[in-house]
Amino acid sequence: MEVTSPTFKQNAVHALADAQLQKALGNVRAGFIDKRRKAADALPEFDALRDAARDIKDHTLAHLDLYLEAYEEKVTESGGQVHWAETAEDARRIVLDICRMQNARTVTKGKSMITEEIALNDFLKLAGIKAVETDLGEYIIQLRNEHPSHIIAPAVHVNKDQVEADFRRAHDYLPADRDLTEPETLLDEARRVLRAQYFEAEIGITGANFLVAETGSSVIVTNEGNGDLTQLLPRVHIVVASIEKIVPTLNDVSQILRVLARSATGQDMSVYTTLSTGPRRKGDPDGPEQYHVILLDNGRTSMLGTEFQDMLRCIRCGACMNHCPVYHAVGGHAYGWVYPGPMGAVLTPSLIGIDQGGHLPNASTFCGRCESVCPMRIPLPKMMRHWREREFERGLNPATQRYGLKIWAAFAKRPRLYNFAASMAIPLLALFGGRKKRFSFLPLAGGWTRHRDLPAPESRTFMQQWRERESGKQRAAA
Amino acid sequence: MSARDAIMGKLRKTLGAGTDDATRRETVAKRLAKPPKGIVPERGQGSDAHKVKLFCQMAEAVAASVTRVRSPERVPKIVSDYLRSRNLPASVRMGADRRLKAMPWDKLKSLELKYGPSDGFDEVGVSHAFAGIAETGTVALLSGKDNPSTVNFLPEHHIVVIDARDIAGDLETVLSSLRRKFGKGRMPRTVNFVTGPSRSGDIEQKIILGAHGPRALHLIVVG
Repeated sequence: MEVTSPTFKQNAVHALADAQLQKALGNVRAGFIDKRRKAADALPEFDALRDAARDIKDHTLAHLDLYLEAYEEKVTESGGQVHWAETAEDARRIVLDICRMQNARTVTKGKSMITEEIALNDFLKLAGIKAVETDLGEYIIQLRNEHPSHIIAPAVHVNKDQVEADFRRAHDYLPADRDLTEPETLLDEARRVLRAQYFEAEIGITGANFLVAETGSSVIVTNEGNGDLTQLLPRVHIVVASIEKIVPTLNDVSQILRVLARSATGQDMSVYTTLSTGPRRKGDPDGPEQYHVILLDNGRTSMLGTEFQDMLRCIRCGACMNHCPVYHAVGGHAYGWVYPGPMGAVLTPSLIGIDQGGHLPNASTFCGRCESVCPMRIPLPKMMRHWREREFERGLNPATQRYGLKIWAAFAKRPRLYNFAASMAIPLLALFGGRKKRFSFLPLAGGWTRHRDLPAPESRTFMQQWRERESGKQRAAA
Repeated sequence: MSARDAIMGKLRKTLGAGTDDATRRETVAKRLAKPPKGIVPERGQGSDAHKVKLFCQMAEAVAASVTRVRSPERVPKIVSDYLRSRNLPASVRMGADRRLKAMPWDKLKSLELKYGPSDGFDEVGVSHAFAGIAETGTVALLSGKDNPSTVNFLPEHHIVVIDARDIAGDLETVLSSLRRKFGKGRMPRTVNFVTGPSRSGDIEQKIILGAHGPRALHLIVVG
């Protein structure tokens, strides 16, 4: 897919002016936050489970080579096949090879961010294979020729009337006078249309929420049941998953499941949690005849052992973006690639490079809400700071910003000069601030004052106030 | 070099493997052999009666319906009542599960029983659960010779029979039972943990039941 992360600023300006999008984003602000809080509050062990979940992933990452080995052995033992892919291109080729071997014309897909990451649908289309997204949200955006704007609610940027228009356009063989005014009727239509696709497809492709080393199982967590029909009905089931999806045991899955659904949708448990192990067994009346797992690196090994390693704990629940004021304002597409919001701001430069994704870590006010709700306790603001440092080191940010910082640093590194300059400037600014104590215009600060007033400082500097406060304290103590 | 070797090579280099591999291997082998129990919420713990009650409560909270009966002989009648009360055709799909087969279905002359996997045209599917989880109102369903997984997903209505004695407080207990039944590190092809009927919130975040799986989930708790 086309990467538009470098133009984040322009993307954001467009997003802010997009009335449909702004209406849709209201649903993010209204829904997710309350639901998560209620679910978390109802479980006294929730915070302890977050610690446990973090520790499980840290332990796994420290032994990732060995757990991958154990996992591979178990998959093979249960009759499945493991394929290794270093890059997105390798993974796509493996999928295509399997499709060709099966003479597949249609594949159904469960919702998966990893196949978005490797842009699988476009690739299969070029190869003459129809890939049908079956998650309702993914189906809607596939009809619209768009990409997900949210990692668990891919069509969160779309309003009901837009879905109706898309369905009328795409399902033009259905009666034109049918009623599609309610979400229920839209869902019913998608259900009927997609039901036929499950039976037609030769291959079903899913991602994985977890890969279990203890048993060689892949685990998917869904609410609609589309993922299950995708992995159950076709002859062949392909799982595409990145290597950090491994967890040691089923018990570890259980610990993380308790924080996953609560953080994502505010459910105690998602409707369907399914463990798939190998192909159908002898005597089984249904299930796929072949089971393939593609283990993808695509940049993960390069994150390990760096200041971005903690990001590999991410379980893709979406809580960080649900709580992010920047995401609330501009939505997911402005981020310009697959992963939006705070997790995307950290992950994108890691996966597609700082030149392309280096802008995104600036899309944060550092309010810290993302870290405060992250079930895996990933220090997202800290990692965004690391990216900003790298961006500065490499001279990627705008010249005005760099000079500004240099001038500030020249003062900050010389405390006497700094104090002197501040003691001159602050009273002046306080004076010019006038009775309103605000500036509606200030040279060099147009970026700020164009949208809001800048408060004028008090008449004394912080250092002066601090000294007075401290000596006051000493007098009181004496 | 194969992709596997390349990825493993990078991992081992970064993780400092090789220097102290024996300790690392032992740590991993130990954890796989004896999975740590972890934090198990208080909520599901207590007497058997508490567990069954909580199971029913939690299932109803996620829009499943529940009927409790004293003996398995009562199940066919409950199924038939369910069909009648919802104006459904007198026909159900099920696997050849012997626990279901042992029930007196023949007393209901007008009820058609279809065995085997679902073809996608069934209104009602009946399954027998392997276990239940009180903490979340979840049922665990296993694939196997007599238990097609398609019955759990394709019918419009899914009826699940569960023995009250199989209702555990938490998921960890059910995972231990799976290990006991199939042997360590072994699993049936498909294990479905089902918590309520299918739903979607993808249109304007409004939750609607019956996305791709069953629109309704009815649980019959026996005992």
